[in-house]
Amino acid sequence: MNIYVLVKRTFDTEEKIVISGGSIQEDGAEFIINPYDEYAIEEAIKVRDSAGGEVTVITIGNDESEKQLRTALAMGADKAVLINAEEDVEALDQFSVAKILSEYLKDKEVDLIFGGNVAIDGGSGQVGPRLAELLGINYVTTITSFELSGTDVKIVRDVEGDSEELTTSLPLLVTAQQGLNEPRYPSLPGIMKAKKKPLEELELDDLDLDEDDVEPKIKTVEVFLTAEKQAGRVLEGEIAEQAKELISLLHSEAKVI
Amino acid sequence: MSKKVVVLAETRDNSLRNVSFEAIGAAKTISEGGEVVVALFGSDVSAVADELFEYGADRVVIVEHPHLKYYTADGYNQAFLAVVEQENPDAIVFGHTALGKDLSPKVASRLDTGLISDVTSIEGSGDSAEFIRPIYSGKAFERVVSDSKPLFITVRPNNIAPLDQQVGKGGSTEKLTVDITNLRTIVENVVRKATDGVDLSEAKVVVAGGRGVKSSEGFEPLHELAKLLGGAVGASRGACDADYCDYSLQIGQTGKVVTPDLYIAAGISGAIQHLAGMSNSKIIVAINKDPEANIFKVADYGIVGDLFDVVPLLIEEIKALKINA
Repeated sequence: MNIYVLVKRTFDTEEKIVISGGSIQEDGAEFIINPYDEYAIEEAIKVRDSAGGEVTVITIGNDESEKQLRTALAMGADKAVLINAEEDVEALDQFSVAKILSEYLKDKEVDLIFGGNVAIDGGSGQVGPRLAELLGINYVTTITSFELSGTDVKIVRDVEGDSEELTTSLPLLVTAQQGLNEPRYPSLPGIMKAKKKPLEELELDDLDLDEDDVEPKIKTVEVFLTAEKQAGRVLEGEIAEQAKELISLLHSEAKVI
Repeated sequence: MSKKVVVLAETRDNSLRNVSFEAIGAAKTISEGGEVVVALFGSDVSAVADELFEYGADRVVIVEHPHLKYYTADGYNQAFLAVVEQENPDAIVFGHTALGKDLSPKVASRLDTGLISDVTSIEGSGDSAEFIRPIYSGKAFERVVSDSKPLFITVRPNNIAPLDQQVGKGGSTEKLTVDITNLRTIVENVVRKATDGVDLSEAKVVVAGGRGVKSSEGFEPLHELAKLLGGAVGASRGACDADYCDYSLQIGQTGKVVTPDLYIAAGISGAIQHLAGMSNSKIIVAINKDPEANIFKVADYGIVGDLFDVVPLLIEEIKALKINA
């Protein structure tokens, strides 16, 4: 079983966003594996442990991304691939990323691809379905349960709080939703082993891609913060009076009820 | 130059979702006086077409097929590509819903075009339109343009105003026959867990609980308050991690991002990862025992007190308000 996991390096969820010179400041920020990708890694490891095979984690990023790949290897992935596009292209959109991944994967024997359902930075959730479409394989997004028997797959997917029970089969790409599993922490022996696991580094050239092939189709012309919300009014007096005043304010001042 | 825009409408329990009217509103802005064509899919959906005209659709194209009863990416993709082939639109608008998120990247990939997901506002119109969307779950925003054709966007529920309803306004409806085949995913069953029948991402009112709710039973008054206000119940990560509620209720940077008219945070401290998911709500009410809680920094109105004292009082006051009205 050849299992691939798509991983993205993102800002820690606790980080504040600072913009300077028109772009988001990365200096000093903590980076993590996109939280939804952690569920993807965990599920891939579990599937491999029961069905056999190999888990390869892939990211598109820069030299810094090696850290997140090593973490995935320490969790239990077998191999890692870092596609470093930083020197070739200034900006990538979801089309570009899916295109690069599909060029890497198109000659491989792919049984299963796991990814997070969305990255907490860009937040578009496009790459998984786009990649599946480019590879011509089926996909299911926002899964909360995954059961494999042979090449048949039973899935539960979260649809805005409802659960859809589905059946499908391999080859398949799925994207993880919170609740799928409880991602393990890398163990100390895992961390030691991870240092020796293979990590392949590629550039666009190695995939026979040039800049024009991955030219973004959408462009960000500005990033900005909204005015920080000012603290409002903390009500005073007896709790019952406060409750009365609040409902009256929501009704006549804010006009939301 | 006026444009032709195709919108994909969505139904739930045989009625149209609000986000579909908002998508038509967005399409009108993009079309600059051109035509807005709404695609409507299902196994038996013709009855709701009239309402689409009342919210601004110029034409409705219906594809009905037994395989379109439940959404599948393969089925809807085939139906939508048939509509695109017939209409050759300049732009496409979907709602940024579970369905829209799942389907739009596949269609965009097939059409070899860009996709601007989760748009919360549009500046300008026609060719000069620019699209604002949140990044880092609402901690920042970006302004995005697309060079590729057709232009393709998904709009976040609750953010773009629909046109005023024009009761009785009709339009032309046509049926398109599409052979829906080779579905690779079979929907076996749908288990409804969404509480109170109001979808969290579309709700105008959200009542959310945190660790202060203390147990799953503790959510009961919040459900009662939400129901009274026609809203939905949400939760902080703390409450979900403590197993007081299902992860599908989680609001925050991991979890859902919501922008209701009214957000009531009960027993939520206001960690930065939670604020990312709700701080763009129009009015925020915080109820917390701790006067130093972070949540008060983003609240329009705050009550320092125990949620189990405050929430029942709010329920009574709202009931009284309803009787007086």
